[in-house]
Amino acid sequence: MAVLDEMHLRRNPTLTVGQKFWSINWGLVLLICLLSGFGLAMLYSAANGSFQPWAGRQAVRFLLGLSVMFGCALIDIRFWFRFAYPLYILSLLLLVAVEIMGSIGMGAQRWIDLGVIQLQPSEIMKVALVLALARYFHGLTVQDVGRPHYLIPPIFMALAPAALVMRQPDLGTAIMLLMVTGAVFFAAGVRWWKFAIVIALVAGAVPLAWSHLHGYQRNRVLTFLNPESDPLGAGYHIMQSKIALGSGGVLGKGFLQGSQSHLNFLPEKQTDFIFTMLAEELGMVGGLLLLTLFFLVFVYGFAIALRSRNHFGRIVALGLTINLFLYVFINIAMVTGLIPVVGVPLPLVSYGGTAMLAVLFSLGLVISVSVHRDVRIPRRGLREEA
Amino acid sequence: MGERRNEEQGRYRRFARRAVMLGGGQLLLLGALAGRMYYLQVVEAEKYKLLAEDNRINIRLLPPPRGRIVDRFGTPLAVNRQNYQVLLVSEQVADLDDTLDRLGQIVPLTGDDRERIHREIKRKRNFVPVTVEENLTWEQVSRVEVNSPDLPGVSIDVGETRHYPFGDRLSHIVGYVAAVSEKELTGDPLLELPGFRVGKSGVEKLHDEDLRGTAGTSQIEVNAVGRMIKELSREEGHAGREVVLTLDSGLQEFVFNRLSNEPSASAAVLDVETGEILAMASVPSYDPRPFNLGLSQQQWQELVNDPLSPLSNKAISGLYAPGSTFKVMVALAALEAGVGADHKVFCPGFMDLGNHRFHCWKRGGHGSLDMQGAIQHSCDVWFYDTAKRIGIDRIAAMAKRFGLGDTVGVDLPGERGGTIPTRAWKLANIGTQWQGGETLVNAIGQGFVLTTPLQLGVMVARLAGGKAVVPHVTRGLRGGGAPDQLVSLPAPKLDVPEAHLDIVREAMDMVVNSPRGTAHRSAIDHPGWEMAGKTGTSQVRRITKAEREAGVIKNEDLPWRRRDHGLFICFAPVDKPRYACSVVVDHGGGGSSAAAPIAKDIMTETQRRDPIGSRPLPLVAQVGQNEA
Repeated sequence: MAVLDEMHLRRNPTLTVGQKFWSINWGLVLLICLLSGFGLAMLYSAANGSFQPWAGRQAVRFLLGLSVMFGCALIDIRFWFRFAYPLYILSLLLLVAVEIMGSIGMGAQRWIDLGVIQLQPSEIMKVALVLALARYFHGLTVQDVGRPHYLIPPIFMALAPAALVMRQPDLGTAIMLLMVTGAVFFAAGVRWWKFAIVIALVAGAVPLAWSHLHGYQRNRVLTFLNPESDPLGAGYHIMQSKIALGSGGVLGKGFLQGSQSHLNFLPEKQTDFIFTMLAEELGMVGGLLLLTLFFLVFVYGFAIALRSRNHFGRIVALGLTINLFLYVFINIAMVTGLIPVVGVPLPLVSYGGTAMLAVLFSLGLVISVSVHRDVRIPRRGLREEA
Repeated sequence: MGERRNEEQGRYRRFARRAVMLGGGQLLLLGALAGRMYYLQVVEAEKYKLLAEDNRINIRLLPPPRGRIVDRFGTPLAVNRQNYQVLLVSEQVADLDDTLDRLGQIVPLTGDDRERIHREIKRKRNFVPVTVEENLTWEQVSRVEVNSPDLPGVSIDVGETRHYPFGDRLSHIVGYVAAVSEKELTGDPLLELPGFRVGKSGVEKLHDEDLRGTAGTSQIEVNAVGRMIKELSREEGHAGREVVLTLDSGLQEFVFNRLSNEPSASAAVLDVETGEILAMASVPSYDPRPFNLGLSQQQWQELVNDPLSPLSNKAISGLYAPGSTFKVMVALAALEAGVGADHKVFCPGFMDLGNHRFHCWKRGGHGSLDMQGAIQHSCDVWFYDTAKRIGIDRIAAMAKRFGLGDTVGVDLPGERGGTIPTRAWKLANIGTQWQGGETLVNAIGQGFVLTTPLQLGVMVARLAGGKAVVPHVTRGLRGGGAPDQLVSLPAPKLDVPEAHLDIVREAMDMVVNSPRGTAHRSAIDHPGWEMAGKTGTSQVRRITKAEREAGVIKNEDLPWRRRDHGLFICFAPVDKPRYACSVVVDHGGGGSSAAAPIAKDIMTETQRRDPIGSRPLPLVAQVGQNEA
């Protein structure tokens, strides 16, 4: 043990930019590029074999996002540790701003128009919340985590943005925020029975929540339960998506040959339903290949979390990986008819600027955790050591 | 320091344990996704493949052009004519009412029309054309085309509509087409096409399936809103078959025009060898065109309520007492029963049976007559006496052999059978025993006996040619992707001795060509074209005893409805019969005065044209078609 400790101490915690660059996980970067390549190919097909209007713009965004990712990866983990709370506060303020002056888009107030791009604060919040929670749990001992009153601040840190997002109304993102919070709590070592209590409370609150749901949200749940009941109405999306998937078969109809997508039976094929289109044209083989690529990304994320020498980095890497996983799972489960239709895009693949930037930003943070895995951050914070 | 490190290690170990659990959970969920994909894309793939095909493929029917109907020489009797329609595509129209206002200045549009257009647009998808008006004149078409810049979304389309060049002169035989009614839907998708027409009467109805042809199909790929993307495959159908009739349209026209001098009359001209109907007319008739376009309620009521019933083809559906034309049947029955042609009866102008007196049409009587004399003079008493000897059942048996008493099976819808009474028939239908006096009345073609003009034509054709011909108007079918088919074929011999027929033929020759015959005024004086015939007068009222004593009122003095029907049957030429003809003039008075002159003109024209001698449209008979 002592020998190992000596080795760690000898290693210089402050690396040069060149060293950092070479310690980036290039395998992970390759996976990310492959996934985005898949996405661009499908967007090219969705436009009937054209780079306009989606694939071309998405490629530019991807390159932009890639540079953001590298930028994040090279920034010292201690910077993110220091700015975790301010970033969270800023995100919370942006959510409030959306509530006050958000413009109307898709029947929900989710955007802030900054002139150049439309900013979606809930996307930033997903990252900021993980950072803030990681920052908080970093400062708790195992014993502290076991004390209930220590859990009250992080619960409110999660509930505040979730409530604001719910008001937009964006049920899917609100649930995702809570699920990520749950995962972080779990990873931080919160006891099983506490989760059991929360789950019991939620189950008891379902009837109450039902009465507060918007009409369209209720319809989504109802048509999920029986999509065939209204094939031309609300169940149309799910039915057509299942038809597209099923008719694709094992090997698919061939690139650019998906009849369901190209004849517009498939709704929003360039965004939420892009996986359906992929599985229709490239079949189960293509779908499973994409799932495998995602799986490898998650493996990288978990490995990075486990190798980090600071608790903050561990929780950040794990939380953001789980966040990414939830995106992937909810999207694919939705288009295959396993869960109700919730507006969640498929990360790196679906068309959309903010989502692409947010995902690459969070992956940049994960890589940063990896690059700075040997940086030690004292439990009580940085100032103490300095 | 050590304590802190231990604590740090404890925190790490717990984190690692929890991370592995979360990783395991993720793997499980990803496995569920993969399983779901396997279920959808492998287990249920077939079901969804079908659903996807249903989604994207629409089958569109290509309606085949309806077959033509032509006469024996190929003259068209029913053809397809181009029908110019104004169509409107609502998605291209900015202001529907404004566009309809502008269109209304070119094509008259009623309030009903506009209401219908609004309704159809609401029902159909907005890129499906809606018919605004059909059957535009060339001038209207040009005006719409010229104004097309001001009429966005309005276009001209050419459809097909049925045209009958002979109009009312052939409507009873050719029939007409009209929109498919609810009852006629058989499941054939062709019938459900908008604007599709089916035969509703005559040859159009009888040969509807041949004329209709088979629909082609075009598989088209459509998108989610049903708009056509491209044609995937196309299977051409067969055009409808051409129906060749036995008619000679020129003769038909002559017969119809000749009959049109009378308020109500009918006639048929037949080939005695084959039973081919060369001409058959019934006046008044109707114009088939309005049926195709859709008859208004008022037009329909007028046709139905017309006392002269123009809609009915009286030649096959009018029932008349045959009067004295029936006497040739009694004569043939007598010959078969052993009553010789030399059997003589003295006619005092009446015959008493029981306490009832049966009068001859000639008040003073004919004196002593043999069979041929009785036919020549149409003496009633000779036939009373002979009928009484042989009985009604023998007469009926003979009449049946000549096609009376039941439908003769002409290939036209709406034929009626008439009545030839027997003892058993009366018991079954009236419920009382046959009376002796009834034999006498029926022997002169009155009483229960009822025939159609065509049956009388068949009777005289069989008599003249000695063959059991069946009348028909269809000669054959051509084209439409199938081999030609000849329907007209020679008929078998009639089961009556030629010697008996000769006796009656000779007597009918005397009726026309002997100076004392009842139809001598109508003899054809062209050498070689002479005809033989038999007059008939069918009483429609009962002559009371008082009237008979005061003197029977002349037909001219009676109201038209109560006048006698005039009948005449004939064949020509006398020495080698080829054509047979029957003429019935409703309420025309006597057969010799009303019907015989018409028959003379028809027979003269028939022999002048000689349709049998002229070369008809070639039709190759196929092996195995002999049952026809």
